[in-house]
Amino acid sequence: MLATLLIVFREVIEAGLIVGIVLAASKGVPGRGRWVGYGVAGGVAGACLVAGFAGQLAALFQGSGQEFFNASILILAVVMLTWHNVWMASHGRAMAQQMRAMGAEIAAGQRPLIALSVVVGVAVLREGSEVVLFLYGIATAGGLSGAAMLTGGALGLAGGVGVTAAMYFGLLTIPASRLFAATSGLITLLAAGLAAQAIDFVQQAGDAEVLTAPVWNTSWLLSDSSLVGRLLHTLIGYTDRPSGAQLVVYAATIVVIVALMRLFGGRRPVAAAPAAAD
Amino acid sequence: MISKLLDRPQRVALPILLLLVGGLCGLPARADAQTNIPVTIHNHRFTPSEIHVPANKPVTLTITNKDATAEEFDSSALKVEKVIAGRTHGTVHLRPLNPGRYPFMGEYHSATAKGVVISE
Repeated sequence: MLATLLIVFREVIEAGLIVGIVLAASKGVPGRGRWVGYGVAGGVAGACLVAGFAGQLAALFQGSGQEFFNASILILAVVMLTWHNVWMASHGRAMAQQMRAMGAEIAAGQRPLIALSVVVGVAVLREGSEVVLFLYGIATAGGLSGAAMLTGGALGLAGGVGVTAAMYFGLLTIPASRLFAATSGLITLLAAGLAAQAIDFVQQAGDAEVLTAPVWNTSWLLSDSSLVGRLLHTLIGYTDRPSGAQLVVYAATIVVIVALMRLFGGRRPVAAAPAAAD
Repeated sequence: MISKLLDRPQRVALPILLLLVGGLCGLPARADAQTNIPVTIHNHRFTPSEIHVPANKPVTLTITNKDATAEEFDSSALKVEKVIAGRTHGTVHLRPLNPGRYPFMGEYHSATAKGVVISE
């Protein structure tokens, strides 16, 4: 039961941290609960599909289907996070003005919630498919009673949801005027970390084999397999032995997102009126 | 123009997906002239559990999972995370490694599924 609890807890907090950030970033947007709900539901359904077809998926692309699938959905999440940040940068000023006039709820109404929904879905899908495979394995091996598995799974899930809530409410203690800046910063680091994981999966498939050697090794200080290491891995892409390619991709992602935010953020509040012809 | 795109998620999401899929299909085939080492998972244990590989050369492991349940070959030292479904096999590409010991484990049965890659 303890093994079930630990694995479920570990995977749920990894997805939960991302959900917590997304919830904080979309605070006050009407309909965000529904979109996050779609993301979670889609992620769970996708996780079951991926777990059910794990063998077939792996067999694609000369045995590297799983790596390319992981890399693709990670890149999709990076694109969606970038889009969200750029949108926020280009509409932020207008929103701040409207907020004073009519309150945050209406002002924030047109944000691209589908982007955040997709990010939630990807996070749940990735971690969820591991949970499904693991639990299915235990169930078929019959080593554990159904009740023990359910208890372990439920406790792990509850613990993970608790961490998600802590992340969310922790972020909400940031004053509203700085919350957008804070979540934009977090999302930028999150995206950079996911991009670095994506290049790692591509290299794991045996492709793009440049700069594969680890540049440094901080496993003595903070190991990837420790709980804190895993949390930082999810949040900011920490890894104890980053390859040169990962560092390049990480830095490039940050540069691109910040540049795009600057580029579109420089516009005047006209952006608030989508009817205006461009 | 771009602000319009930003406001219409569905118009952006589809082309991105198509690009991703298209990119994958266009991947060149790899030359597989590397050393290949067979590894077996049975009763949640790796055989051999000590895998010797030549240093500084890429190597592939073909891991056959004889158990009915899935296993995840996991190693932060090797930077590999790979699920091998029950009764299937999977290919793990190891990057060129400096001489040393690189522990790995089966994440779903970490009590018994342990091993080490020794690069020399």
